[in-house]
Amino acid sequence: MARSAADQTQSTRLWPALALPGTAWLLVFFVAPFYAIAAIAFGTVDPLFGSPIPVWNPLQWQFGALSGVVHSALFGDLRPVFVRTFVYVAVALTVCILIGYPVAYYVARLAGRRRGLLLALILAPWWINYLTRMLAWINLLQPDGYVNRALQSVHVISAPVDWLSGNPYTVIIALAYGYIPFFIIPLFATLDRIDGRLLEASRDLGVGAAGTFWHVTLPLSRQGLLTASAITVLPMFGDYYTNTLVSGSPTTNMVGNQIEFYLLESQEKAVGAALVLVLSVLLMALMAYYLVATQRASKEAV
Amino acid sequence: MTTVVAPPPETATVERPRPTRRRHQRRPIVLAGITWAYVAWSLVPVLIAVQFSFNDGRSRTTWQGASFRWYWGDPYASVFHNDELRLALTNTARLGLLTVLIATPLGTALALGLTRWRGRASTASNTMMLLPLATPEIVMGSALFLVFTNLYTVIPLGRTAQVLGHVTFSISYVVVIVRARLVSVGSEYETAARDLGASPIQALRTVLIPLLAPSVFAGAMVVLASSMDDFVVSSFLQNGYSSVTVPIELYSSTRSSPTPALNALATLLLLATVIAVTLAWLVARRLRQADGKTIDNLAVMDL
Repeated sequence: MARSAADQTQSTRLWPALALPGTAWLLVFFVAPFYAIAAIAFGTVDPLFGSPIPVWNPLQWQFGALSGVVHSALFGDLRPVFVRTFVYVAVALTVCILIGYPVAYYVARLAGRRRGLLLALILAPWWINYLTRMLAWINLLQPDGYVNRALQSVHVISAPVDWLSGNPYTVIIALAYGYIPFFIIPLFATLDRIDGRLLEASRDLGVGAAGTFWHVTLPLSRQGLLTASAITVLPMFGDYYTNTLVSGSPTTNMVGNQIEFYLLESQEKAVGAALVLVLSVLLMALMAYYLVATQRASKEAV
Repeated sequence: MTTVVAPPPETATVERPRPTRRRHQRRPIVLAGITWAYVAWSLVPVLIAVQFSFNDGRSRTTWQGASFRWYWGDPYASVFHNDELRLALTNTARLGLLTVLIATPLGTALALGLTRWRGRASTASNTMMLLPLATPEIVMGSALFLVFTNLYTVIPLGRTAQVLGHVTFSISYVVVIVRARLVSVGSEYETAARDLGASPIQALRTVLIPLLAPSVFAGAMVVLASSMDDFVVSSFLQNGYSSVTVPIELYSSTRSSPTPALNALATLLLLATVIAVTLAWLVARRLRQADGKTIDNLAVMDL
């Protein structure tokens, strides 16, 4: 049946019309808010109240707050905070790799008939609220909690350890504990897709188990390892709640804590906005590296 | 050499590669140990926390017998009698439902539009839709906080701002889930309907929407679960006591005034999330099983 001209116009207008409300929503509540960060960071400050005055015209932007933050991050008060953030994230990521890789490998390739059950168990933490998981550990790490009691009963420690006031090890382990589920799943997906015949071929050619892992499995899972690391590291850099919950001490402050402090608890919102910009640029550089590496890997695969 | 290496049969290439275990290979005891230890490490603390929500005493570290004291027994501090805890529950439920009601239609329409509409504007809109998925929560939270306090000042911080913020990070989830279904359905059924004389809107309403319904439901459940779980965006857009949610309450009370009522609150949140995710999963599974059937049903449907 021939379609009428009215039908045709209806067809060409229908799809953009359907996309319009969602697109408009994201412009108003996602793109504009990002512009607001810049307008505050590059804006001026009310001399009387110290509250920020956003400057919406980019031609009138002032970069005082930003250069202050960058200077402080490189040479001043914020430098230990940035260094600490990088160290904590790096160590937590290492913990994620050391625990997460064997777990993902076992579930993907060796679990046999327990595979379904184990997959459900490693997926479960995704849907348990992050703060609930932290609350659970905070109960266990109380001075009279199960952890101290267990360590005392086997005489590893003589007096209860204070885990929850500014202990950097607690913060790092808590970060790893919080984000490792997001690390394991993408890695699992990659390891699951590796063709078992490739590993068999390597074995048949006389390469040992360790050699096969080093020369076949690990290179084939590099992409998954990269994706898993990106997914884990991105939220870790912006995390502030883990730190507040398990430490609450300025000695373990990370960049996220500084952002939360300047935006919500101080008048210097421009400093907070500039910090968000610096963090965003850092994370965008990480994402760009990830995308370039992914593209290079897919080109090599072809 | 006379040995001919036979190419793997056709079925073997289609089949998903299965893990192969050699007879001479030792059982991977160390890897199994690490895996089960990890599972215990990740889940047992949560189970203990759930257990202590039923503690008869005030302690969160010493078990004193089971009771429902912290759910409804205690007339002051239990979840159902304490004003703040009850408010946190109702706020979380309302926030989740409103987010679902707004984000699901917006996301479904956007998925339909972006799949069928071609052009530069469509590509740009698609990129913008994907960005929230890669934006760290703290950046999203700060951006929304600054825009509501400086530009959209007609909307004060609080429950309305929280709904708007949650919808913003939820739309993309719906788009991704619905679009995956849209791609697997293809455009044949729609074209057939058009050829039989249906207008584009009729084809959409009578063919495409019924085919998409289960994935729309799955998307809605994922949105509900992630809205109930969100802490950062809710917290940045919070305006004091009146807009407290369950995650905010967990965050602010864990260090200050901990009673097992907090564990009870966390348990209720866990229960709600598990129900939402299970519903989404059941629908997704039925979708895979009954794919042929849906299309049969559609065939007898009167256009």
